[in-house]
Amino acid sequence: MSRAGGRRMELEVSIARKALRTASRQTRVVLHDVAFSLRKGEICALLGPSGCGKTTVLRIISGLDSDFEGRVVLPSPHRIGMVFQEPRLLPWRSVAQNLCLVGSSSENDLAEIVAALRLSKHLDHFPGELSLGLARRVAIARAFAVKPDLLLLDEPFVSLDAALAAQLREELLALVLKRTTTTLIVTHNVEEAISLSDRIIVLSAAPGRILADRTIEAPREALTGGRAAKMKKEIRSLMANASS
Amino acid sequence: MLVLVWQLGASIASTGTLPAPLAVMSVIGAEARSGALFVNLAATLARVAASFMLAMALGTALGVAMGRNKSIDRLCDPLLIVLLNLPALVVIVLAYIWVGLNEAAAIAAVVLNKLPNTAVTLREGIRALDESLDEMARVFNLPLGAKVRHVVLPQLAPYLAAAMRSGLSLVWKIVLVVELLGRSNGVGFEIGIAFQLFDVTRLLAYALPFVALMLAIETFFVQPVERHVSRWRPPHGA
Repeated sequence: MSRAGGRRMELEVSIARKALRTASRQTRVVLHDVAFSLRKGEICALLGPSGCGKTTVLRIISGLDSDFEGRVVLPSPHRIGMVFQEPRLLPWRSVAQNLCLVGSSSENDLAEIVAALRLSKHLDHFPGELSLGLARRVAIARAFAVKPDLLLLDEPFVSLDAALAAQLREELLALVLKRTTTTLIVTHNVEEAISLSDRIIVLSAAPGRILADRTIEAPREALTGGRAAKMKKEIRSLMANASS
Repeated sequence: MLVLVWQLGASIASTGTLPAPLAVMSVIGAEARSGALFVNLAATLARVAASFMLAMALGTALGVAMGRNKSIDRLCDPLLIVLLNLPALVVIVLAYIWVGLNEAAAIAAVVLNKLPNTAVTLREGIRALDESLDEMARVFNLPLGAKVRHVVLPQLAPYLAAAMRSGLSLVWKIVLVVELLGRSNGVGFEIGIAFQLFDVTRLLAYALPFVALMLAIETFFVQPVERHVSRWRPPHGA
C-alpha cells in the first residue's frame, strides 16, 4: 500500500522570513526561506539543531504565531492535533476529561486510542499524579482525540529514557499508520527521524533554512540497517557542515 | 474555652462592662421570641448578600478587564488606589449625602468599599493565567464556553476564593456601619441603639448571633466549595 497515494496537498508552508524582536530592540532572523508541502498521509520529520526555529515552524503552522512573512495553506475545514514539548494537560481535570474536552471522537474511537497508548488504567487520575512518560501519552492521545487532519508533534519523546521513548514511538507510529494521519514531527534526534518518518527535512542552525529534503523510498521497518546507517551518516555530515 | 474566659472576665468586671454569658443568652432568647432578632438578622443578611454579590460581580468584571487590557488598567488604576485608601466612613457618609438615606445608597457604599479589593485580586489572577494552556486551547479550537469553564475558571478559582473570603468578612463589617449611620433596622442599627444606652448585653446579643451566622456560612459553604475546586491538588505535606 502506498501511503503517499493521494495527490492532494494537505499542507503548504512557505515562510519567506520570520524575525523576532529581542529585548534589546534588535531583530533576529529565526527562519529564512522555509518552504515545503506535505501530501495526505505523509509522515515528515523536521530535523535540526537546538534553537534553529523548528518549534517556530510548528507554531506558525498551528496558527499560534501569525507574525511572519509568507503563508500557510491548509484545507478548510481542518483539525489540528498538537503535541507540545511539555504535555500541557489541564491539571484540574482528570485524564478522561482532558481527552473528552477537545475531542470530536466517538466513544469507541476514544477507547481505541486509550488502549493503543495503554492509558486505560489511568483515566481517573489527575495529570499531577502521572509520570512524564504517562503525561506524554495523554498528550498524544488528546491530539488523536480531535481526529486530526494534521498532527503536529514537538519533540514528543525528549527527556524520556531510551527504552520508553522507543516504546512510545512504536505506539505513536501504529496510531498514525492506522489512521493515515498527515504528520509533522519536530526533533533534533537523527535516529528518531529515520525510524519514524518517510520524509526528512533538515534545517540549518539559526537562522533556519532548509538544508535537505529527503524522501525515504522504503521507510521504517522496510529500511535495511545498511541504508539507515548511510542515511544517518549523510544527514549528520550535512548538519555538521552547516554548523561549521 | 472562649465562653469560660468570658465567664471569668465577667465575674471580675462589673456587669455594665461585660455581662455574663447567661445574661446575654437570655436577651438573645427574649429578642428571638419577640421576632426582632430574626427581622434584624434577616435585614442585615440581605444587605450583606446583595452588596457581596454585586461587589464580587462588578469587581471581577473590572479586574478581568484591567488584567486583559492595558489601557483600561492605566485608566482605572488611580481610581482603584483612591478607593482602596479612602476610609469606609467617608464613602458611606458621602453616599448617604449624595444619594439619600435609602437602601440604594447603603448598598452602593458597601459595594464601593469591597469592589477595589476584588478587582485587584482578580487582576492578579488574570495576569497569572498560564499562556501555554491558552495556546493549547487555541490550537485545539476549544469553544469559548468550554475554555472559560475548563481552562480559565480553574486557574482563577484560588483568586476568587481569596476575594470571597476577605470579601465576606469585610462586607459584613461595613454593612453594620452603614446600618448604624443611616438605616432603621438590621444588626448595626440595634447595636447603635445599644451604644446610646450603653447596653453591652444587648450589643452582644445582636453581635454574637451574627458572628455565628457568618462562621456557619464560612464553614458549611465557603470551605466545602474551596475543597471541591482544589481536589486535583496533591495534598500538602503528605
